[in-house]
Amino acid sequence: MHIPDGFIDVQTSAIFAGLAAAGVATALKGARTQLDEKTAPLAGLTAVFIFAVQMLNFPVAAGTLVGPWAATLALAVVLIMQGFLFADGGLTAIGLNVFNMGVIGVWAGYGIFLVLRKILPKNKSSISLAAAIGGLLSVPAAAIGFTIQYAMGATATFSVSTVLGAMVGTHILIGIGEAIITGLTVSAVLASRSDLVYGWKNNVQKLEIRSAN
Amino acid sequence: MDGRTMFKSWRSEVLTNRKFYLSGLVVSLFLAGVISFYASSSPDGLEKVAEDIGFIQTAKEHTNSKGTLADYGVKGIENERASVGVAGVIGVVGTAIVAGIGFRLLARKPKNSTN
Repeated sequence: MHIPDGFIDVQTSAIFAGLAAAGVATALKGARTQLDEKTAPLAGLTAVFIFAVQMLNFPVAAGTLVGPWAATLALAVVLIMQGFLFADGGLTAIGLNVFNMGVIGVWAGYGIFLVLRKILPKNKSSISLAAAIGGLLSVPAAAIGFTIQYAMGATATFSVSTVLGAMVGTHILIGIGEAIITGLTVSAVLASRSDLVYGWKNNVQKLEIRSAN
Repeated sequence: MDGRTMFKSWRSEVLTNRKFYLSGLVVSLFLAGVISFYASSSPDGLEKVAEDIGFIQTAKEHTNSKGTLADYGVKGIENERASVGVAGVIGVVGTAIVAGIGFRLLARKPKNSTN
């Protein structure tokens, strides 16, 4: 879903570069309080995994694993590397892409995850299932983000509703692949190191005691 | 807990961590280095939509389209499979370095309360 240069005009790209920068700044703040020495390596590994899976043309919902702030940052790192090194995603479109995948995709997926976690029974399979469905819907959510940008500043003149229908339809299909990858990844990490999984941990222990060293 | 048991539990924690992160890294290297070759020909969702509707022509050529790693291939490696694979491995290692250091710095808590 990497937008190349030229699809969206410069003004709209600039607006979303600002919004993406604000999102990343907020994520930096949030991640600073949420991450510790123990969970930081998982955030790094998550970024690596996102890069690997995106080479297979799938996005990854990472909010469950490392929390939404670190997930936004992980995606921003990956998208910037992809844009600059691998010529995937235009350089003027980096703001558009970080906003769609790193902000809308992450937070939509994480929001859905939180709602489902509340409804479903409190066990590990529910966490994996909730993450998978969150992943499924995060993809069309990001696709809607593109459609909004298209409506605001497309260089082409096809109707917005045509683009909306095609974007959402195609990305629900991609979302199914995303759901499978997310479900498998989250259950694999839960099975081996549930102590590191943000979406599981902060459900089990609401209170965190920090040693004052 | 005496020093010896403390050392033992510390050592087992390091070993479990190492095994966990190594497995994650190996899986990522495998996906990016080997499996990606089979996916690289299929277009991504937006590309497909843009082709179907007809606005793919509005895309400009990427600023770095002649770069060494452009389009997930290494310039100069003729064999397509090797070219994609090496690009994938470079991407995984690069991301590991950037994100690994970045998140570690971000997670570092000040030792005293004065920030």
